[in-house]
Amino acid sequence: MAAASRISRLLSRSLASSSSSSALLSKGRISGVGRVVSCYSTTAAAAVDNPSTPSVKVNYTQLLINGNFVDSASGKTFPTLDPRTGDVIAHVAEGDAEDINRAVSAARKAFDEGPWPKMTAYERSMVLFRFADLIDKHTEELATLETWDNGKTYEQAAKIELPMISRLIRYYAGWADKIHGLTVPADSPHLVQTIHEPIGVAGQIIPWNFPLLMFAWKVGPALACGNTIVLKTAEQTPLSALYVAKLLHEAGLPPGVLNVVSGFGPTAGAALASHMEVDKLAFTGSTQTGKVVLELAAKSNLKPVTLELGGKSPFIVCKDADVDKAVELAHFALFFNQGQCCCAGSRTYVHENVYDEFLEKAKARALKRSVGDPFMAGIEQGPQIDSEQFEKILRYIRSGVDSGATLETGGERIGSRGYYIQPTVFSNVKEDMLIAKDEIFGPVQSILKFKDIDEVIRRANTSTYGLAAGVFTQDIDTANTLTRALKVGTVWVNCYDVFDAAIPFGGYKMSGQGREKGIHCLSNYLQVKAIVTSLKNPTWI
Amino acid sequence: MAARRISSLLTRSLSASSSASASLLSSLGTNSCRNGSIKRCSTAAALEELIFPPVQISYTQNLIDGKFVDAASGKTFPTYDPRTGEVIARVAEGDAEDINRAVAAARKAFDEGPWPKMSPYERSRILLRFADLVEKHSEELAALETWNNGKPHEQAAKSELPLLIRLFHYYAGWADKIHGLTVPADGPHHVQTLHEPIGVAGQIIPWNFPLIMFAWKVGPALACGNTIVLKTAEQTPLTALYVAKLFHEAGLPPGVLNVVSGYGPTAGAALAGHMDVDKVAFTGSTDTGKIVLELAAKSNLKPVTLELGGKSPFIVCEDADIDKAVELAHFALFFNQGQCCCAGSRTFVHERVYDEFLEKAKARALKRVVGDPFKKGVEQGPQIDSEQFEKVLRYIRSGIESNATLECGGDRLGTRGYFIQPTVFSNVTDDMLIAKDEIFGPVQSILKFKDLDEVIRRANATRYGLAAGVFTQNMDTANTLTRALRTGTVWVNCFDVFDAAIPFGGYKMSGIGREKGIYSLHNYLQVKAVVTPLKNPAWL
Repeated sequence: MAAASRISRLLSRSLASSSSSSALLSKGRISGVGRVVSCYSTTAAAAVDNPSTPSVKVNYTQLLINGNFVDSASGKTFPTLDPRTGDVIAHVAEGDAEDINRAVSAARKAFDEGPWPKMTAYERSMVLFRFADLIDKHTEELATLETWDNGKTYEQAAKIELPMISRLIRYYAGWADKIHGLTVPADSPHLVQTIHEPIGVAGQIIPWNFPLLMFAWKVGPALACGNTIVLKTAEQTPLSALYVAKLLHEAGLPPGVLNVVSGFGPTAGAALASHMEVDKLAFTGSTQTGKVVLELAAKSNLKPVTLELGGKSPFIVCKDADVDKAVELAHFALFFNQGQCCCAGSRTYVHENVYDEFLEKAKARALKRSVGDPFMAGIEQGPQIDSEQFEKILRYIRSGVDSGATLETGGERIGSRGYYIQPTVFSNVKEDMLIAKDEIFGPVQSILKFKDIDEVIRRANTSTYGLAAGVFTQDIDTANTLTRALKVGTVWVNCYDVFDAAIPFGGYKMSGQGREKGIHCLSNYLQVKAIVTSLKNPTWI
Repeated sequence: MAARRISSLLTRSLSASSSASASLLSSLGTNSCRNGSIKRCSTAAALEELIFPPVQISYTQNLIDGKFVDAASGKTFPTYDPRTGEVIARVAEGDAEDINRAVAAARKAFDEGPWPKMSPYERSRILLRFADLVEKHSEELAALETWNNGKPHEQAAKSELPLLIRLFHYYAGWADKIHGLTVPADGPHHVQTLHEPIGVAGQIIPWNFPLIMFAWKVGPALACGNTIVLKTAEQTPLTALYVAKLFHEAGLPPGVLNVVSGYGPTAGAALAGHMDVDKVAFTGSTDTGKIVLELAAKSNLKPVTLELGGKSPFIVCEDADIDKAVELAHFALFFNQGQCCCAGSRTFVHERVYDEFLEKAKARALKRVVGDPFKKGVEQGPQIDSEQFEKVLRYIRSGIESNATLECGGDRLGTRGYFIQPTVFSNVTDDMLIAKDEIFGPVQSILKFKDLDEVIRRANATRYGLAAGVFTQNMDTANTLTRALRTGTVWVNCFDVFDAAIPFGGYKMSGIGREKGIYSLHNYLQVKAVVTPLKNPAWL
C-alpha cells in the first residue's frame, strides 16, 4: 500500500523535515561526502566507465504468444542494449506484422471462446492478486532487469517502482468484481439497464521510460475488465515485460489472454494499430507517434484509441514559496528518471520576487546531483536510454545556448561510454525558445521568470501540451485559481509525481485522450450496452 | 412522456390489436384502405396534390456570435422539398472562413465567458427556458422539419418535437449535477477530480432527424458548460437555425452556439481539422466518420465521438407472437422512411415461423401508406434527396440481381419527388449486398435461421454493431441474445425506444462513445486530478 506513494512521500518527508535523511535527497549528500560515486562536475568518468555486472540472467527473449515463448515468424532478432555502455544485453525475437497476426488470433480466440471472459469476475481478480504476490516475490530480479535494460537507478526500480506495480495490480484486481452497470429511469413502461462488457481484444503499445509501470497501467485494467491483450513493448526495453508476463501465466492466466510481442513501431506497432481484429488500442509515447496510431485506427476499423502522449508541464513557484522546498521539488519534478517522464516539470516558472534566490539554489542542487552507474547505492541519475535520445538532448542543449538562454550548469555528456548527461540548468528562458516549447525528455531544467498570476496562467497554457502542472504556494486562493485555470490533466499542489493507483492520469490538448488509473480508466476497456425490455403493467416506472 | 411516443404508439397497438383504441401506426394503414383519401404504395395519384406547408422561412443565414450573417464568400446553396425536388429557400453556404469566424466566436465565449463562468443553475435555467420556447413554437418547427426532410408531419409534431423538449429538460437537469470525485489516496494527500468543460465543441449532424440530433449534440455540450460550432447537414439546414434563434431568446449569450450551414468536404472538414476546436462529435456515415477521425488525428488530436452506420439485426425467435413480431419488425425497418442508423435492416426469422411471418410482413408492407407527409394518416413520405433515392433503387436492383426474392415494392412511386414503394425481400443470404450494406431506405431484408448459436454468429458477422431487436417470450433466449450480440443497444420485444436516459452508440464500426444518458456527459468533460499534500491528517 505504501508503495504507490513512495515517490512522493520520499520527497515530502524530506521537505517536511529537511534535517531527516530522505532517500532521494540523501543520495546527493552521500555521494558528496563519501565519494563512492562522483557528482557530475568532478571527473566522474571512472565511475561511469567501469560499470558493475548485474546479478540477473536474461531468461526470456522470445515472443509470448498463446501462452508459449516462440521465435518470431521471420526468425529475426534485434539487440537490446545496456544504456550504461551501449553494449548488447541480449538478442530478442523481433516481432513483425505476421507475429502480430498470430498474437491477435490467439487473443481473439481467447476472447471469443474463453475461458477468460466467461470466468467469474472473482476468478479473474484472484489471478491478478496471485500475480501481484509473484511480483513481490521476484522484485529483485525484476528491478535488476529493469535497471539493466533502462538505466534507471536500481533503488528507484526496487524500492519505488516494483512495489508500485504490485500495488497497481492489486488495485485493478479489486475492480474486477466491482464493475457495475446501471438500471436506468425510463420515460415509458420499459425496463432499461446498461451492462458494461469487455471490449474484446485490446492492443497496447508501451514506452521505454517505465517499462513495468506502463505494463501495469495498461494490462491491469484491461484484464480486470475481462479483455484479452496483445502488448507491444518498446524496442529499447523488451525484457521485463516478458518476465512478468511469464509470472502472470504462473498465476493462472489462461493462454492467449496476454500476448507480448517485442519489436519496432513502424512494423509491429503499426500492424497492431491498424489490425481489423483488434477492438481497442491504448498507446503511450510521443505525440507524433500518437497521431499516427490514431490515423491507423481511423483508416482501419475505427477501434477506440486512448493516448497518453507528450508534455511540457509547467511547475509554478509563487512569490510566497519557501524557496528551499520549491527548489527541491522543482528539481525532482524535472530530473526524476533522468528527465524521462512525460509529465516532467520542464518549464519552471518562478516569480520575480524569488527568482534570483531560486536560480542560485536550483543550480547548486543540480551541481550536487549524483550521476553514475545506476546499480550503485546513492546514485540519483543513470544514463539516458539510448544514443538517439542522448544525441537529441545534447542538440536541445546546444539549441538553448544558441537561442540566448543562459547555461547555468551542465550541458555536456559525462564519461566516454554510455549515455550519461550532466544535470543541466538554463535560466533566462523565453517561451519562443525551442527548449521551452519542445519535450526534451532529458535532464535539462528551463527556468522562466514571471510577474503575476494572470500572466503565468496565460504563458503556462500557451503550449500544445496539457499533461500536468505543479503549483507551489501556501495561498489557498492562488492554489484554487491556478488549479482551475491550468489546462492540464493533473495539478500537483505543493507536491509532484504523486502516482497513487486511484488518481486518474492523462492529458488535455495534444497530451492525449482518455485517462489511465483510477475509476476513469475502466471505461477505456468497456463497451456500454443498453438493454431495453418492454414491461407489462408495471407496479412503478 | 413525450419521449416514449415513438415506441408507445407501437406498443399500444401491439398489446391491444383487437381493441378499439387506434394506435397511430396501425390505424394509419387501415384508414387509408377505407376512405381512399390517400393511397397505398401501389398507386401514386395522391402525390400530385401537395399541401402547402403552413410556415414561413425566416432564417437562412449562418448564426455566428449571436448574429445572423451571410457567408464570408456571399455564396448560398438551395435547400429542397423532398416531395418535389423543388427549392424551398437559398441558405448561406458556410466554408472554411465561416468556420474560422464561428470558432473564434466560440473560443472567445469559452475563454472569456460568461458561459462557463455562469453557475450551472443559471445554465440549466436557460436550457429550461429554451425547452419552453420550443414547445411554444412546436407547430412551425414540425412543419419546417417535414417540409425540409419529408418525414410525416404527425411524426414530427407528435413524436419528435416532444422528444426534443424532453431531451432539453433532461440535460438541463444534469447541468447542476456534474460531480467530481474525492479519491482515496495511498499516502498523506488530498486527491480530488474536477470535471471541467472541454472547451469549444465542433458538432456535425445528419439530415435524418435534424432536430433530435441537434438535441443529442447541443444538450449535453451546453449542460457541461462548453461552447459550440454546429454544422448542419446541407439537406436540412432550416430547423437548426430556427431553434438556435430560440436559444438566444432564452438567454444564451452570443458566441456560445454558432450554427454554420454547409457541406462536409468544405465546412465539415474545416471544423474537424480546426486547431482551436477541442472536441468533435459527428453523426453520419461510417466512411465520413473515418475521415473526421483522421482529420482530428492529423490536426490537434481533439477527442472524437462518432455515431455512424448500422445493419442492425431484428431477431424473431420461434416462440414469437407473429402478428406482433411482424408489426414491430416492420416499424423497426420502415420508420422514418427507413432512414435510421439503427434501422432493423436484417430481419432474422426462425424457420418454424418464417413462412407465416413472410406472408404477413409482405401484407403489412403493402398496406403501408405512402404519400404527402403533410397529410394525415400518411406513414411514409419521400426519401431525403435524389442521391439517396437513386442509391436505394440501386440496392433494390442489386437485391434482385443477387437472387433475393422481391416480395413487394421495388419501384419509385409517382413521378415527382423521391417516394419509394415499401419493399420486402425474402430469401436473403448474408453474402448479398442488401444484407451487408446500410441501405437507408424502405427495404426490408428477411433472412431465415435455425438455431440461436447460428443467428448469433450471423447477426455478429458485420462490421457494424449499433443495435439489435430481439423478439421472444423466453427469458433464457432473451438473456443469451442480449449478452452475445455485439451491439450498443438491444431492444427486447420493443424497438426504437429513445428515452433520454438510455445511452445510444455503437460497437465496432458503428461508432465511438455514447450519446444520451449519463454516459454522454463524458464526451463533453475533461477530468482534472488535483493533488495536495496533507499535514498530519486525521484520517487517510
